[in-house]
Amino acid sequence: MIAALLRRDLATFFPFAGGGAALPVVFFVAVAMLYPFAVGPDVALLARTGGGVVWIAALLAAILPLDRLVAEDIERGTFDQLRLRGVSEEAMMAVRLLAHWLSFGPPLVLATFPAAALLALDGPTLHLLLLGLLAGTPGLAAIGLIIAALTASLRSGAALSGLLLVPLALPILIFGAGALARQDPASLGFVGAASLLLVAIAPFAAGAAIRAAREN
Amino acid sequence: MEGSDRFPPDSRLVAHTLACRRGERLLFRKLSFALRPGEALHVTGANGTGKTTLIRTLAGLSRPYAGEIESAGSVGLVDERPALDPDLPLGRALGFWARIDGVDDTAPIHARLGLDSLLDVPVRFLSTGQRKRAALAVLVGRGVPVWLLDEPLSGLDSGAIETVSRLVTEHLEQGGIALIASHQPLAVPGLRKLALEDFAPREEPA
Repeated sequence: MIAALLRRDLATFFPFAGGGAALPVVFFVAVAMLYPFAVGPDVALLARTGGGVVWIAALLAAILPLDRLVAEDIERGTFDQLRLRGVSEEAMMAVRLLAHWLSFGPPLVLATFPAAALLALDGPTLHLLLLGLLAGTPGLAAIGLIIAALTASLRSGAALSGLLLVPLALPILIFGAGALARQDPASLGFVGAASLLLVAIAPFAAGAAIRAAREN
Repeated sequence: MEGSDRFPPDSRLVAHTLACRRGERLLFRKLSFALRPGEALHVTGANGTGKTTLIRTLAGLSRPYAGEIESAGSVGLVDERPALDPDLPLGRALGFWARIDGVDDTAPIHARLGLDSLLDVPVRFLSTGQRKRAALAVLVGRGVPVWLLDEPLSGLDSGAIETVSRLVTEHLEQGGIALIASHQPLAVPGLRKLALEDFAPREEPA
């Protein structure tokens, strides 16, 4: 049952499956492409600040899929029907978290290679960036899922979820981008720890949120 | 009218002095009934009397304000939302639920509800009645003893209404239970009636 659920969630959210699901990755590369145009072709400046821009692009890309992540299935009654079949909200949300991360985390990591080329990042920076995104994107996915579930029953939920994600993602951004500035992989440990904590909390928080959404 | 023993003979759906509210408004109170295998209840009531709330409460999707619900046996629900992905062709959208429910052969029920010619059509292009028929096909395919049907006939043509009445009758003959909220009459033998208005809280004089 869980496998069938994961298969459906992946088919819905995976890039290039249709429905504009590839947008976050395209958006991510577009930001990396625009940045050199905005600050000028100063290679030293790009190399110094480019890693931070990639992090910000990743954070913004994580916001894009949020509006359809949970709200649509509440409206359609999918979660209600699954509940009647004995699937707990926590299990639904854990599966959704995995599908959400798979649909934007690994594609973003891959898209970091062209982005790094556009920003003239050197080898060690790219290395830290890739590790940081691998450690940080699960946390971003978890925050996104919690927010999407909390705002699903609000009318302007989509706009609000973007605003709410930004402050909550700060720790991941500070440690992730901080590792680049100091060329110090140790702070990536904090990124990983924050991600693990968020991933552990997310199914329960999001599950409680969709249960609460049912009551009104 | 207990027929074959397809469903466990101890399945039941019982409400004890149930009261439900929506927002701050009390919809009904002191509602009690007991449904045993082979029994069905037709819930009627004007819009806003709480039919949908009653069904969602019985399904365990929202909590009653007071009273208790006792049920044995898996519950299947059909309401105004078919829970089908609008972008997928109907066949694939139904296939998801067939995999979830472990149903291997869905062709007979699709044929019975006239869905077999629609399987390649994306769900968003289907009419209300066609979606309703698809939701009913999922319910029948699941083979659960307790059916909760919220307006199962809305949007259906006369042929489909007859099919639904027959499906409910067969379900009861196999020892199933059904609770149906509908404005339209159903041709189901032995159908008990319950008017929700009878349980509405009395208006207090101002």
